[in-house]
Amino acid sequence: MTDLPKMTLTEKIMARAAGVALARPDDNIWVKADILLTHDVCGPGTIGVFEREFGRDARVWSREGVVIIPDHYIFTADEKAHRNIDTLREFVSRQDLPHYYDPGTPDYRGVCHVALPQEGHVRPGEVIFGTDSHTCTHGALGAFATGIGNTDAGFVMGTGRLLLKVPPTLRFLLDGELQNGVMAKDIILRIIGDIGVDGANYCAMEFSGSTIDGLSIEERMTICNMAIEAGAKNGIMAADTKAENYVRRRTRRPYTRVAGDPGAEVAGEHRYAAETLVPCVAGPHLPSNYMPVAEGRDITIDRVYIGSCTGGKLTDFKAAARILAGHKVAVDTYLVPATAEVARGLATETIDGKPLKTIFAEAGCLDPAPPSCAACLGGPTDTFGRTRGSETVVSTTNRNFIGRMGSKQSSIYLASPLTAAASAVRGRLTDPRDFI
Amino acid sequence: MNERIVESRVYVLEDNIDTDQIIPACYLNLVPTIEAEYAKLGSYALCGLPETYPPFIAENQTKTEYGIIVAGRNFGCGSSREHAPIALGAAGVLAVVAESFARIFFRNVIATGELFPIMSEKRLCDLLTTGETVRLDLERYELTSLGDDTVFSLKNLGAAAPVIAAGGLFAYARQTGMIPAHK
Repeated sequence: MTDLPKMTLTEKIMARAAGVALARPDDNIWVKADILLTHDVCGPGTIGVFEREFGRDARVWSREGVVIIPDHYIFTADEKAHRNIDTLREFVSRQDLPHYYDPGTPDYRGVCHVALPQEGHVRPGEVIFGTDSHTCTHGALGAFATGIGNTDAGFVMGTGRLLLKVPPTLRFLLDGELQNGVMAKDIILRIIGDIGVDGANYCAMEFSGSTIDGLSIEERMTICNMAIEAGAKNGIMAADTKAENYVRRRTRRPYTRVAGDPGAEVAGEHRYAAETLVPCVAGPHLPSNYMPVAEGRDITIDRVYIGSCTGGKLTDFKAAARILAGHKVAVDTYLVPATAEVARGLATETIDGKPLKTIFAEAGCLDPAPPSCAACLGGPTDTFGRTRGSETVVSTTNRNFIGRMGSKQSSIYLASPLTAAASAVRGRLTDPRDFI
Repeated sequence: MNERIVESRVYVLEDNIDTDQIIPACYLNLVPTIEAEYAKLGSYALCGLPETYPPFIAENQTKTEYGIIVAGRNFGCGSSREHAPIALGAAGVLAVVAESFARIFFRNVIATGELFPIMSEKRLCDLLTTGETVRLDLERYELTSLGDDTVFSLKNLGAAAPVIAAGGLFAYARQTGMIPAHK
């Protein structure tokens, strides 16, 4: 096959899924889906499009391929939110879909982007479409994963295919060891700060290097999750043994791992020495408003929020607990585990023999909420942690747009869970290295 | 969207208008394929903007008097919520003319056929003001400010043109034989 031009990891997965020998940037190709993910806020509209276009008696293209994980508006009195979940239930039952995680039952999981890999639906080399922009999370396991709207999703639901433009790849090479106190969130906030919120518009962001190799799978997800915050179509990391071990513990379904060709042409390359990265925040109201935490020590805060698909994984709570153990929080500290598995981990994971849950309670945090997206995107007015006034929040979530967490008057600083916890203790932006 | 030449008042926005500003998340409980909720989404279009902007939809109205939005870079960044282009379309927006668009929003506009996403050669948000009347000509890819007849050139739609011309993703897929035609 040496006569073919070399392809990046993203190009190779797309070519394979389209059944073509070669996929070049800007080619428009029909790509086969392995997984279509949807949830409670976009699922009913997707079903609406599917039934309008294919008929109410039409069957989904693949019962195995459709995964429905309600997570956005679960713990609310909002009637339409409940109606929307009923719409999902009725559809799942009529289509006899095996992968549905129903709220209010032991099957309920929580945040779709943490549940999808946990339940074994993310496999290297596959193509994942999701009706949520943070679907790019799943590139952390070597899949091509991208967010789409209801109309595209309705089309995938009926045909198992979608017309896609092949994105040019931007390569991010990170080498060396991170300083103590620096996390994956600091890496991605620095990158977005450098390239801007449209710095990777239409592109694939491919992350590699010894720093990435050294990260846990959950930390890798934190980075790919926020590729969309730079406008990217997908974030991706080549699957290594660590990724394959994670996947094989969760699914027995076969898959074919895909590797990019060494020396494949890319549209741009950015290199970082890990030692130079520091704990940082993204200030209001854009994820690209990069600032080292140390430069914001005078900024007082009203609230800390730890949760979401990018910042509510077990790794994130362990990091926060490392700081909070033996300290008291100075501001309201909201904890929302992403999934039921993470929630269980709060009880079973320990630091010096103490469960995380106990550490958080002794530090004076609010009792953890049940798993869901909660206030990461504001939500209905009765959502846990939703801002109501001019609160200044340090949050481990992924967006700090105006009004994102509820109130247009509130200000959000995006940060790692270490920075969030350190800031909770002092009541102002705090470099976690002050504590470790 | 069959009109290729339209005249309308413009509403001018800056860079990075995100989907939370276009339609705040508390309204995502509305399902766009339900007719009454489609209209309701329209009535909330752009209600997430900072208070420094004039109201996009007048009090007690469900539709906007501004048929064309002019914006800076990266219009529609953020979420994949199709509620965003739908809210604009349902409010009566015919086109957004921006310096650039965020990818998913652009794609959703095309897939739904709700409105025209047009890119300008120049940064028109610095040159036009909210309330002035313009003519958008999609035959010649021009936008004319009717106050002083200044003509600005627009970029053509490129690879998206055939999908838009067909009327959205499903119409395009039927036209090209990707899925069977409606019975």
